[in-house]
Amino acid sequence: MLASHRLSLAWIGRGVEIERKFVPCTIKKGSEMIEMRYEAPRTLKAAVALLAAANGRAKVLAGGTDLLIQMRSGRIDPELLIDVKCIPELRTIAEEKGGYRFGAAVSAMELVEHEGLARMWPGVIDAVKLIGSIQVKGRATVGGNLCNASPAADSVPALVAAGALARIIGPGGRREVPVEEIPAGPGLTSLRAGEMVVSILLPKRPQRSGDAYLRFTPRTEMDIAVVGAGVNLTLNAKGVCSRARVSLGAVAERVLLLPDAAAALIGQRVDAAALERLAAAASAACRPIDDKRGTKEYRIKVAGVMARRAAQIAVKRAKGEV
Amino acid sequence: MTVKYQEKPLKIVGTRPLRPDGVDKVTGRARYAADYNLPGQLIGKVLRSPHAHARIKSIDTSKAAALPGVKALVTRDDFADMPVEYAASGELTINFRDVTRNMMAREKVFYDGHPVAAVAATSASIAREALKLIKVEYEVLPHVIDVLEAMKPDAPLLHEHQFTDGVTPKPDKPSNVAKRMVFALGSLEEGFKQADLVIEREFNTKPVHQGYIEPQACVASYTEDGQVELWTGTQGHFVFRAQLAKVLQMDVSKIRVTATELGGGFGGKNNIYNEPLAIALSRKSHRPVKMVMTREEVFRATGPTSGANVKIKMGCTRDGRITAADAELNFQAGAFAGSSVGMASMCTFTRYDLDNVRVVGNDVTVNRPKVAAYRAPGAPIAVFGVESVIDEMARKLGIDPIDFRLKNAAKEGTQTYYGPTLGPIGFVETLNRAKAHPNYRLPLGPDQGRGIATGFWFNIGKETSSTVHVNEDGTVTLIIGIVDVAGGTRATMAMMVAEEFGIDYDKVRPVVGDTSALGFNFITAGSRGTFAGGMAAVLAARDAMEKLCRRVARIRDVPPEAVAWKDGRAQPAEGSGTQFKPMSLEEIAREAGRTGGTISGHSEINAEGAGPGFGTHIADVEVDRETGSIKILRYTIVQDVGKAIHPAYVEGQFEGGAVQGIGWALNEEYVYGADGVLQNPGFLDYRVPVASDVPFIDSVIVEVPNPNHPYGVRGCGEVPIIAPMAAISNAVENAIGVRLREQPMSPPRVLKAIEAAALATTQD
Ligand SMILES: Cc1cc2nc3c(=O)[nH]c(=O)nc-3n(C[C@H](O)[C@H](O)[C@H](O)COP(=O)(O)OP(=O)(O)OC[C@H]3O[C@@H](n4cnc5c(N)ncnc54)[C@H](O)[C@@H]3O)c2cc1C
Repeated sequence: MLASHRLSLAWIGRGVEIERKFVPCTIKKGSEMIEMRYEAPRTLKAAVALLAAANGRAKVLAGGTDLLIQMRSGRIDPELLIDVKCIPELRTIAEEKGGYRFGAAVSAMELVEHEGLARMWPGVIDAVKLIGSIQVKGRATVGGNLCNASPAADSVPALVAAGALARIIGPGGRREVPVEEIPAGPGLTSLRAGEMVVSILLPKRPQRSGDAYLRFTPRTEMDIAVVGAGVNLTLNAKGVCSRARVSLGAVAERVLLLPDAAAALIGQRVDAAALERLAAAASAACRPIDDKRGTKEYRIKVAGVMARRAAQIAVKRAKGEV
Repeated sequence: MTVKYQEKPLKIVGTRPLRPDGVDKVTGRARYAADYNLPGQLIGKVLRSPHAHARIKSIDTSKAAALPGVKALVTRDDFADMPVEYAASGELTINFRDVTRNMMAREKVFYDGHPVAAVAATSASIAREALKLIKVEYEVLPHVIDVLEAMKPDAPLLHEHQFTDGVTPKPDKPSNVAKRMVFALGSLEEGFKQADLVIEREFNTKPVHQGYIEPQACVASYTEDGQVELWTGTQGHFVFRAQLAKVLQMDVSKIRVTATELGGGFGGKNNIYNEPLAIALSRKSHRPVKMVMTREEVFRATGPTSGANVKIKMGCTRDGRITAADAELNFQAGAFAGSSVGMASMCTFTRYDLDNVRVVGNDVTVNRPKVAAYRAPGAPIAVFGVESVIDEMARKLGIDPIDFRLKNAAKEGTQTYYGPTLGPIGFVETLNRAKAHPNYRLPLGPDQGRGIATGFWFNIGKETSSTVHVNEDGTVTLIIGIVDVAGGTRATMAMMVAEEFGIDYDKVRPVVGDTSALGFNFITAGSRGTFAGGMAAVLAARDAMEKLCRRVARIRDVPPEAVAWKDGRAQPAEGSGTQFKPMSLEEIAREAGRTGGTISGHSEINAEGAGPGFGTHIADVEVDRETGSIKILRYTIVQDVGKAIHPAYVEGQFEGGAVQGIGWALNEEYVYGADGVLQNPGFLDYRVPVASDVPFIDSVIVEVPNPNHPYGVRGCGEVPIIAPMAAISNAVENAIGVRLREQPMSPPRVLKAIEAAALATTQD
């Protein structure tokens, strides 16, 4: 019963386009007849031209699972929506130099169902799986999750721990930056005027590597991270941690990369003592706020717990135990 | 009026047929209020107060009125002021002076979200634009959100005219305490003297929303000759009609209300909100007006249940007999008086046979939306405290928690402290069945625990009308006036009517009639649907059967007393000595037109004798000591329902109530800023449980018939929400040795309690 239920929902999430028409149009807004334009360019060049010409009054539309909600609530009021889902570079997943590059507008469900990606970066895929429900994942994209710049975005800490690189295009051409450099604060990115994210590269990884992402939410699903922790590490042949990256979400104004927490693991066997140091370093790096989703005090404590538990899973994966 | 229970062999009652509204719901065809559209309709939107408490100095709508596309605007000036006048609305009492002020603020706004003006325009976006153009000048006043704060003598005062009712001498200073009530039996002093163990504790719960999936919606049309048609999502269209007639100063006969399919109510759809505004806007604009609330509006402006402070003191003997029970319940009423504290007071200890009891209830106004009923209004709050204290007593004395309750359990003949003596009830049976249930013996792992708690609810009857039409082919149309709040009411009514006639279930088509189809029906509340609605439907069927028999007597030319209805046919009455060829319902129906006209049966009753319901719950939990997260492992509900007409829908009530109780216990909570503005008006941050938060729930139905219903029915929909908070809290204590006396038991609160307990032990 449960299995078939899951199966039919997964179909919805497959990014199947059911007679979707990407027709440019204008929509009348309010009484003053301000018009909102919708464009669905088919090339990067066209998208960049539209974006650059709009002087900041345009918004890139990927899955719209953040954007449409913000528009409905009146928080934003764009004059132009540039739907990027018709641009091939933003919709493909391909192997590259032993890693994987995926388009910024690939749906979360397409990533979840990609076997190669899930095998190489299970922690990243764990994080992507946590975004909303299956239905939401059918629309939501990792590019949108990143560029929405929520400190609580689930895929971002996992990408940061993975050392993922984002490819950006804009009026000044292309550039490539580490993912952690894109979010600048709640709802703010470091993208320059007219720029957008094209794709994300998850690099090739050494043998005996493992990654994991865990988040804490009061509810088991359909909730927003109170704390998210990503850990990505490599063990040498003796089981000693040789490389590690640790990241935290929802404990600061943006997702944090934690070199001190990583240092607690590197050169260690990742035993109980090392894990405790990792937890302490993770808690120490938090600079959260008190809000309706959690208190400062609580977030700081649980950040350590989540980082420790994520590291334990990452170690198991590196050892091939799971 | 009551109808005596008669045991008889049953063909349909007790089976599990499909509900008549089911297919439409799963295919998306069912029409909820927001699915109705009328030609030329306008969209109505409400401007709401951004302040928790403020005096309205002026409202200027001129700019908004001038916006092209705006067709009408209403403010306080468009509604008559109302004197103090009370009426029943569901389980709570309303006061029309307050109703008119809650639907549209007059002198002051009392909460963030309080309506201040409404506009109807040709589109939703124009209506929203228009709201931005309305200028309201406020004088912001200090506000109070917390119930204990509001009770302090120097607290910001909401209502200058409100003097605490129920205290003597009459106070000379106004207060936020609207009313104080006391229920008492025996002597507390005596009782505590006899006690070997006395426990006194304080508890706090948060207000929670009914959380119905469908936001309030309505479409209203006011015609040039002063007639109103209204389609709305309501638990009681007749009660809405009565309230609308009052606040709009219209004749009842001029208002016709259709209750649309309902996407949940749970007590939250007992009250009018947008309906009078939509009608007033329609009257002004001469166009139909549709209004659909957003979820944010639902949270900011429609009724949650009370948050409360509860003090419980109980004493018992060494062998576990309760000798005294004392409670103080301080309930938030929201912006206007009238919380469920009275109901809660009467439920506090009414599962136990006690000699010495006192319950004091305070009804307290605060700057939050006016509370509404919520499934067994108030009872879960009081019971959380009592069942926690009982759990502690049982543990201290080393008595099994079910045995402790059995020692004190109410039975037939128990004198309650609020008045009545209990009739036949099934409380002891639920305790015994819970004790025998495998869940009670399953082994528990580390950090896992088990909790027990019980619940009681009165259940009600009240005015109910029903009609049965025998159609020309012998099928039956059943018109009910009880709104089917999606619990399966139409199915259970049709089952009882089919059983009476002796025909197949699918030959009876149940329909919820609009307010012009039947006489007055009270709201679907107090778990009265299957009890009162069923009684009325059965009586309407019996009325029709009597007419059918008389018709057959005429056709067959035999004396009327020689004809009896049996097995779907009019047959020679036993012992009458008369012989004639029996006639089936179909045969009579086909000839009805030619033999005297169509046959219909009616009943208009005030149903009495509702049987109280009792339940016992078992909760198993696991606590994550590092995050404070509680996982419910399994849950068992044992409840006496009198008779389960449709057992699957009874199980649905058990499970639904438990899930709502789990939400109350774990994460549901309103978060207000220091400015008195609600910060989490949405399902993302107001956390009702999702499917994966809820465990397997086992339902055990106990049937001790209610002697005052033809099939023995008691209400069953409210009892299931009463015990969960206490059961889960008791289970958490059992798991980790830490007792939570504050709800919800959200992870930060649990972690804090764990740490405080650890600190206390290291300091010892
Ligand atoms: C019910 C529900 C549950 C949710 N649960 C979660 C959850 O559990 N975890 C979580 O992290 N999120 C959650 N979300 C939020 C949301 O689904 C995610 O952030 C999602 O990944 C956003 O992707 P999108 O494609 O829909 O973005 P969009 O809404 O299309 O865009 C988001 C923002 O990014 C910008 N943008 C998009 N693509 C690009 C690009 N290529 N270049 C530059 N800017 C771009 C847009 O202009 C916009 O500002 C939830 C949302 C909903 C509605």
